[in-house]
Amino acid sequence: MRFWQILIDGFAISALYALGATGFTLIFGVSGVLNLAHGAIMVGAAVAAFAATAEFHLDPYTSALIGVATGLVLAYATYYIAVRPIQRSRAIAEAEKEIFILTSTLLWGIIIQEAIAYLFTNNAKTVVPLVEGVITVLGVRTPANEYFTAFVCWIAIGLLWLVVNKTRRGKAVRAASMNPRGVTMVGIELSTIHLAVWTVYGLLAGIAGILLGMFLGVSSYSVGPLTASAFSIVVLGGLGSVSGSLAAAFVVGYLETLTAYLISPAYRTIPSLLLLVIVMYVRPSGLFGRRTA
Amino acid sequence: MKRLLHSRGFVVALVVLVLGACLPLVSSSGYILGLLTVAFYTAVFAMAWDLLFGFAGEVNFGPTFLIGVGAYTAGILDARFAPEISIWICVIAGAAAAVVGGVVLALPALRVRGPYFGLTTLVAVLMLQNFVVVFADLTGGEIGLSVPDVLSVKASVNYWIAFGFMTISGAILFGLSRSPIGLVLQASGQDPVQAGALGFNVAKHKLAAFIVSAFFSGLAGSLMTFYMGTLSVGTFVDLAVGVQIIIAAVLGGRRTVIGAAIGAIFLIGAGELLRPLGELATLIVSVFALAVILFFPEGFLGMLRGRMRRA
Repeated sequence: MRFWQILIDGFAISALYALGATGFTLIFGVSGVLNLAHGAIMVGAAVAAFAATAEFHLDPYTSALIGVATGLVLAYATYYIAVRPIQRSRAIAEAEKEIFILTSTLLWGIIIQEAIAYLFTNNAKTVVPLVEGVITVLGVRTPANEYFTAFVCWIAIGLLWLVVNKTRRGKAVRAASMNPRGVTMVGIELSTIHLAVWTVYGLLAGIAGILLGMFLGVSSYSVGPLTASAFSIVVLGGLGSVSGSLAAAFVVGYLETLTAYLISPAYRTIPSLLLLVIVMYVRPSGLFGRRTA
Repeated sequence: MKRLLHSRGFVVALVVLVLGACLPLVSSSGYILGLLTVAFYTAVFAMAWDLLFGFAGEVNFGPTFLIGVGAYTAGILDARFAPEISIWICVIAGAAAAVVGGVVLALPALRVRGPYFGLTTLVAVLMLQNFVVVFADLTGGEIGLSVPDVLSVKASVNYWIAFGFMTISGAILFGLSRSPIGLVLQASGQDPVQAGALGFNVAKHKLAAFIVSAFFSGLAGSLMTFYMGTLSVGTFVDLAVGVQIIIAAVLGGRRTVIGAAIGAIFLIGAGELLRPLGELATLIVSVFALAVILFFPEGFLGMLRGRMRRA
């Protein structure tokens, strides 16, 4: 009984983590940017969906769409305000751009977080689920929304796989993550690729944020932990490796669920942090990372 | 040495220091003195961080790990054995513990670089935070720990201790950054392979930078514990505190040490001035900091230096 419960809960959480981390790792793989505003974008999307229902009385589907659109807008804003000016700046030495982008996206994330807190208070918000009801499988009663979350996550990840592997633009993105200079040499503008990646990222982060809002609820306090968990999943799987992130999301998701059920919810994050430290010491390039990192 | 004594920057610094030291004689407002006392300790945190990042090139997202280890060691010792051991032994123990923490943190830094090391430091802070909450009997947990001893009950004495400590730490860190060791650190931060090829022991220098940075962070953390009389995750360990330190150092100007102190005092002051605006205060400070980073990446001191060069 408890075994099935852990299996089902862990699966939903892991799928959510996987979706959140995929966009994050994609951006790093293609443009070398670690976006520390990640959590803020997810929460921003969820809060927009919440506000659409609670304040403007729209139906759940329209609200969800508004949430995804907000995620997209926030991702573009992050790119144009906090990332691109630094990438193109002449005043900042090439070697220092990384820390500058880390600092600026961090600040941008704080700005979004504070704006949310100011406009919508710090209270936790729950997005109205798209599907209601309870499903009983093997004697475990689970909200239908939990299955819906896992389902949407996998659909989105599957679509991403199709786009990246089967379309022309997707192949260009993949090529850019392997060798950006080579891509420019065959006549593809790198900045259009960056924009494409940020678009995909915005959609994924928006969807993940809304699902999180339906499943667990969000508040402006969840911004930091969300960024940290995406960051650690991505490093655990190997920076820039999408399949590695997927696997790592499941490792972290199940580890947390197991700890929460079997030991205590208070210790939830400790085993995955320990695992992360061990991996960093033993194999710094992550579980599935390229060795050159 | 002679050139340093006659340089304009030195004269300005001297005037500012004398004015700073005289402040408690003029103003007896405990509010302003208390605010500046906290700002001075934060300034030391930021300067210690600048040595590690600006010079050794190590992206340390967790300055609060070193500060927290120092502060909690000092605080717990004092809370457990209060009358028997003096406050100064606690402070020294705090600094020593932070140095041990610095060595532990340096081990991965010698192996991994850039974002990977950044993440290690981030994890170190999260682990410390979890540790404090889990071992609540010892550490006071989320509620916090109050220490029986304080440095002084007089605001002016606390101010002078903090001010003197900041001045001495600043002088040592600044001197170190301008010394041959600072140059080697800068070289190994920018290109460790080439620095190694020139015959410098990169690992040794980086380890030294970690130890020095940890020493001052831990010392400042312990002193601040005994200034405040209480100790909590929110004021010493939380990621938000670390973010503030990093913003302060980048805002003031990297690789300047003194700029980090200016940035920290500015941030604390601006946060307090904007307090009537409530939640908007952090928003405004963040927007301002982002603008400085985007338009003046050299920070306050860089802006000044650029103006002086043009004049």
